Amino acid sequence: MRRVLAIVRREIGSIVHSPIAAAVLCVFLVLAGYFFSSAAAYYSLVSSRALSGGAPDPSLNLVEGIVRPFFTPVAVLLLVFLPIVSMRLFAEETRSGTLELLLSYPVRDGEVVLGKFLAALAFLALLLVGTLADGALLGLVARPDPVPFATAFLGLLLLGGAFLSLGLFASSLTGNQIVAAVLSFGALLAFILLEWAGTLVSPGAARVLAHLSIMEHFGDFAKGVVDLRDVAYYVLFTTFFLYATTRLLELRRVRDL
Amino acid sequence: MGAIEVEGLTKEFGRRRALDGVSFSAEKGEVLGFLGPNGAGKTTTLRILAAVLPPTSGRARVAGFDTVSDGLAVRERVGYVPERVPLYEEMRVDAFLRFVADMKGIAPARVRVAVERALEEAGLGDAARDRIGRLSRGFRQRVGLAQALLADPPVLLLDEPTAGLDPAQIAETRALIRRLAGERTILLSTHILPEVSATCPRVVILARGRVVAVDTLAALAARAGRGRSVEVSVDGSPDGVREILGRVPGVRDVRDAGGNRFLVTADADRDVRPEVARALVAAGRAVLEVRSADLSLEDVFLDLVTDEPEARA
Repeated sequence: MRRVLAIVRREIGSIVHSPIAAAVLCVFLVLAGYFFSSAAAYYSLVSSRALSGGAPDPSLNLVEGIVRPFFTPVAVLLLVFLPIVSMRLFAEETRSGTLELLLSYPVRDGEVVLGKFLAALAFLALLLVGTLADGALLGLVARPDPVPFATAFLGLLLLGGAFLSLGLFASSLTGNQIVAAVLSFGALLAFILLEWAGTLVSPGAARVLAHLSIMEHFGDFAKGVVDLRDVAYYVLFTTFFLYATTRLLELRRVRDL
Repeated sequence: MGAIEVEGLTKEFGRRRALDGVSFSAEKGEVLGFLGPNGAGKTTTLRILAAVLPPTSGRARVAGFDTVSDGLAVRERVGYVPERVPLYEEMRVDAFLRFVADMKGIAPARVRVAVERALEEAGLGDAARDRIGRLSRGFRQRVGLAQALLADPPVLLLDEPTAGLDPAQIAETRALIRRLAGERTILLSTHILPEVSATCPRVVILARGRVVAVDTLAALAARAGRGRSVEVSVDGSPDGVREILGRVPGVRDVRDAGGNRFLVTADADRDVRPEVARALVAAGRAVLEVRSADLSLEDVFLDLVTDEPEARA
């Protein structure tokens, strides 16, 4: 475990030193802030209409009116930005040759993979904590139920972790960071499009495809509901890609890194 | 039992065979030179010995452990400096060494002392707080050595440790390697002959993935059987000089080295320099220089790596 922590520390240091992380953090938080303010503005518009005697809108609660419209686009932001966070994890070490040095230390391949993943996950947590400021702002003017925020936060962490695990796998395929980013973005998009492909196949197959789709499992988290099946999906997805990355690393040793 | 034992090591990358039945061994405390032209398979062998890469067939034991079945144990006992010394550019030297200490499993309480010792041993004391990306090549090489020395490994694998250094840095690095020897077994890979003659009593010569010779430098020089070489420079026309030199007693061969210079090969037990000078002066030639040019080791090396079938015979 000490080796894993050493890798986490080193990776976080290297993320912090890269201008990419600062750019991702700034742009992500600005866009998330925009989504929050537009959701809040729309909610206040709908509320004032209801107050002036219009028909009560069924979506007139904080969860349906703000939490969901805010966190669902944030999940899309993660889809765009996390491949940029994960692209350098292995590709940069392959390009610079430090991977050879790292693999010459008495460390298991799985520990290297886990360390890098946890470091990226820590950065994801930092991004998400940044969005909590928006929720705190809401707390100034209303008494929102904290549960949907907590479940949405958990959902984004699980969803983002799944994105990162696939990104880590893509990064271990190549020595080029851009190629790694393109591969992980493309593969993640394919996992989202699975749901849409449902219209082309039989209803039974469509249900299977919908279950495999990566965004499909996020919906309930943004409603304040934690379904263990959704949690299991993300945990299995992440475990699979971390395992695949470990095996790939072993394979690359045989083929000369 | 030797510190390094290599038996019939073969490594294939797709269709390309990088190593073909390489066998050799190194005793505890030995500094073994690993010599061969670029592309001979030196780096591949070192990677296999560092348990970074598995061989296609054959086996290697380092510090008593098999590099495939006991890879972790091997990596705990080996200090490896890869070619061109890849390092984390954004880290400070001391932070990098603390990271390596953690990776090598040095007890937390001993990390500080171990890092200080490695810094001192590699001559990095003043650069401890510098960012690695800003270091000169010579200092990067020292950081490479320092990380290898952490955890005090019994075996050091150094891949081209002086490549790209200036002459002063090369001399420093060689002196450092000699200091590091002693208890440790060092395998030093290089494609330049003076490197091994400066640091290694015994060499393994590799060419096209095969071992073409394992011997001491003295034995290799003797194997040349070419005797002594003398280089002669004359002033004025070189015409007829060859003939004059050829008539000197003890001279076996004269080659025109171009630019009024001649390479004279003589019997090994005879210093022909005085007679060469006398013969030239007697023939009315102006002698600029007559000096001993003992290139025989270089000749052996070139012979072995370029004329492989004969060398193996």
